[in-house]
Amino acid sequence: MDQPSLTLVLTAVGAWIAIGALGLVRPRNLEFIRQALFPAGAAVGLALAVAAFFAIGPLPQSTVLPLGLPDLPFHLRVDSLSAFFLLLLGAAGAAISLFSAGYFRSGEGTAPGLICFYYHVFLAAMAMVLVADDAYLFMVAWETMALSSYFLVTTDHRIPEIRRAGFLYLLIAHVGAIAILLCFGVLQGGNGDYTFGSMRSVILTGAWPSIAFFLALFGFGAKAGVLPLHIWLPEAHPAAPSPVSALMSGVMLKTAIYGLLRVTFDLLNVQFWWWGVAALALGLATALFGVIFAAAQTDMKRLLAYSSIENIGIIVAAIGLAILFKSYGKTLIAAIALTAALYHCLNHAFFKSLLFLATGSVLHATKERSLGKLGGLIHRMPWVAWLALVGTLAIAGLPPLNGFVSEWLLLQAFLFTPGLPQSFINMLVPVAAAALVLAVALAAYVMVKFYAIVFLGRPREANLAYARDAGMYERIALVWLAVGCVLLGLFPVAVIGVLDHVNAMLIGSTVGRAATGNWLLLAPINADRSSYSPLIMLLVIAGVVLLTMQIVHRFYHGRVRHAPPWDCGFAQQTPRMQDTAEGFGQPIRQVFEPFFRVERHLPSPFDAKPRYSVTASDHAWHWLYLPVARAADFVARQVGRIQQGRISVYLTYSFVTLLALLFFAR
Amino acid sequence: MTLTGLFSQLLQLAIALLLAPLLVGWVNQCRAWLSNRSAPSLFLPYRTIRKLFMKDAVVAATASPIFRLAPYIVFGAMCCAAAIVPSLATDLPFARAADAIALVGLFALARVFIALAAMDIGTAFGSLGARREMFVGFLAEPALLMVLFTASLISGSTSLPTIVDTFAHRELAIYPSLAFAGVAFTMVSLAENARIPIDNPATHLELTMIHEAMILEYSARHLALIEWAAALKLFNYSCIGLALFFPFGIAQGGDWVAILGAAPALVAKLAFGGFLLALIETMTAKLRIFRAPEFLGTAFLLAVLGMLVNLLLGS
Repeated sequence: MDQPSLTLVLTAVGAWIAIGALGLVRPRNLEFIRQALFPAGAAVGLALAVAAFFAIGPLPQSTVLPLGLPDLPFHLRVDSLSAFFLLLLGAAGAAISLFSAGYFRSGEGTAPGLICFYYHVFLAAMAMVLVADDAYLFMVAWETMALSSYFLVTTDHRIPEIRRAGFLYLLIAHVGAIAILLCFGVLQGGNGDYTFGSMRSVILTGAWPSIAFFLALFGFGAKAGVLPLHIWLPEAHPAAPSPVSALMSGVMLKTAIYGLLRVTFDLLNVQFWWWGVAALALGLATALFGVIFAAAQTDMKRLLAYSSIENIGIIVAAIGLAILFKSYGKTLIAAIALTAALYHCLNHAFFKSLLFLATGSVLHATKERSLGKLGGLIHRMPWVAWLALVGTLAIAGLPPLNGFVSEWLLLQAFLFTPGLPQSFINMLVPVAAAALVLAVALAAYVMVKFYAIVFLGRPREANLAYARDAGMYERIALVWLAVGCVLLGLFPVAVIGVLDHVNAMLIGSTVGRAATGNWLLLAPINADRSSYSPLIMLLVIAGVVLLTMQIVHRFYHGRVRHAPPWDCGFAQQTPRMQDTAEGFGQPIRQVFEPFFRVERHLPSPFDAKPRYSVTASDHAWHWLYLPVARAADFVARQVGRIQQGRISVYLTYSFVTLLALLFFAR
Repeated sequence: MTLTGLFSQLLQLAIALLLAPLLVGWVNQCRAWLSNRSAPSLFLPYRTIRKLFMKDAVVAATASPIFRLAPYIVFGAMCCAAAIVPSLATDLPFARAADAIALVGLFALARVFIALAAMDIGTAFGSLGARREMFVGFLAEPALLMVLFTASLISGSTSLPTIVDTFAHRELAIYPSLAFAGVAFTMVSLAENARIPIDNPATHLELTMIHEAMILEYSARHLALIEWAAALKLFNYSCIGLALFFPFGIAQGGDWVAILGAAPALVAKLAFGGFLLALIETMTAKLRIFRAPEFLGTAFLLAVLGMLVNLLLGS
């Protein structure tokens, strides 16, 4: 066959579904599922990543499958954009599957075989979303993805909160799906052909392109967690098992980004500057909102969920910038912004999966998700702690790891703004950079809080002394992701060389020329303008560190005495005197108070048992969701009035309708 | 990479390492004079560092390896930063590896590690200090980047040597945007270097300390490295300020004489800058920690204003 990549991708999808089906054969046999099925799924993921890597460069490959409805076959296509996201799916999915092999235990909830089934269907559906070339297959795969992940989220379905979280997730997913469906309806432009190929050739006029774009932004934004449709993330992630959280946050959110890019740059053939401004503003608001809320969280998985919202915000802002530049024909800078977005997708897949999996190990070892009851785990779980440190530093955007590269590229794109024809945008965009920088700086705050409270300090509870380190499968998975973070950070030029195929396809320009001139030095435009070489930086820092250690130990002695902590001479410290998660987040809550809906309960002076409580919740609930829910409830109640439950009344309705029809439709 | 480039790179690093404690000593001396105290020796910081290196390290029993690793990483990051900031010459081969944004990233790396180390022991003061340090950090970092962005927009480059080359070559004109940026930068430097009005380097009063609270558990060689790194940080910030706002005297191109001649100019500028710092510290009072957002928010707004002025006036 002349379409090797597409065949390989389809084989991988088939293999995943087959593995899932095998799980159904013996749903209670945990050992079989853990030792055989999940590692096999990981191998398929790795194969998919390799196949996708080689498919990024070449020309698109497409085919038509004789499946689906009569006269409505499935169109498939692999091009640079889908190959890049398939690579992301395969690489992160492989690690998460391997981790799952060590993670799932038999418990109260869904049987392991069913979890295995849903899990692999979820993976296969994501792959199908990425290769779909018509709206029909896209929506089928999209809905399969939403449903399978819903069942994964509600694994512990005996707990009412988890069922509620799952419902909320499903609800928002479907609100988004409706918008996506409408978007495709607009895109087909009235000729009734729903293949992407025909949508590319349709020229939309007037307000229609904008309607399509904003429907896509809304629909895919609901999946990605863009403000104000983010509310399902902090509910669903703590509810789901950790590998599922990792898969949803690391990979599934990226399918939404894929959809947004596909519609904006591929299916639509015009881009207006104000779309870019809207996406930029929305992205920055999401980023700031996410990180501020992350700082206030006390549940480690909720914290990471809010951090995902922040990262999605950064990606959407980068896409907005790319749209803005492309609409003005500045394709080189648009390519830099798009590279930043794609790079950040890849980075986020690696470091967020790593951190979610690490919380899974912590959860298994301690049975505790609340930050206030953890601490000191680096002594008990060194593997998890050191690997999570890599993820923490990466997500905090510190050089020389990968999070910094995408932020660096994005800031470069911001700095190139002057030269746009509209002077007010020229001024607006650098100010927007200020918001981005604030979000990034806050991310460091949040990650210090997360890491230090979970892994450093002293154990806050006695039972933490029995925590055990992760098993072999889990370690391999974490090492794989951590190595990914380091390599993505150290070799940006090579990564951008790969991303440039996507740039060339979507923007029509590449960053590569200047950047790949020297594999060591990342220098978009030219080296006098700006350049960055993480490898040299790492070597210099490591060199100084090793040299200093040598000198200190050679010229002085290396003696060390161990003693109890000093703490200004206060002898009666307990682990409870360490900062709690609430305490660490308190300055942020105070500075950004208007962002939160804070409810304080202060004890009166006469309370015999004084209690102080403060809850910081999301305004979106009270300003948007509850009013909408109440309105829906009200309308339903009004409609309910005409339902009497007596057959004679319904016959009257039929009669009146008939009369009306006779009268109006003569 | 030219030979003079390598030479100026190494010379600059050596001067930074050697002069940084002297700068701290000089600022302390000026402070003592200004407040009518008898001044300690100019070389006291060197003696302190030497004394600390000789001692036995006492490490808390609850410490993890991060605690012992952090001082080296902080020191390494500050050395790396000292190699990037053009203090003597602009022909720095290593500065290609990291531009102004990466420099801010380096400072953040050091800050995160020292905060992690402070939380590592599990004491009340350690976590209090870490929290406050990260708090000040996230407020100061955007302001610092905005200052650097203003300079980048003027010179069309984020590489510090190129910025200095542009600024040093221009005619003596006053850039209004740089005036805003200069004030903002001064405020940020005060906060980042644990100076009054945000922090007090001389205090060990429990409720007000930030930097000192984080390093309470350190002793001996680890403390020496941290003190040295703190001195280097002050030196680096001073040199960034000098490079952005007084770039005169910094050698350009590969001229050996100019590079050697830049050293006395640097010392003179630093002496003046140190005196100014002591003056600011003597004349202001320390702010409450929750006034810090106002202070740094002002700095941030000034920096953004500088940028807007630059975009409006094109200068």
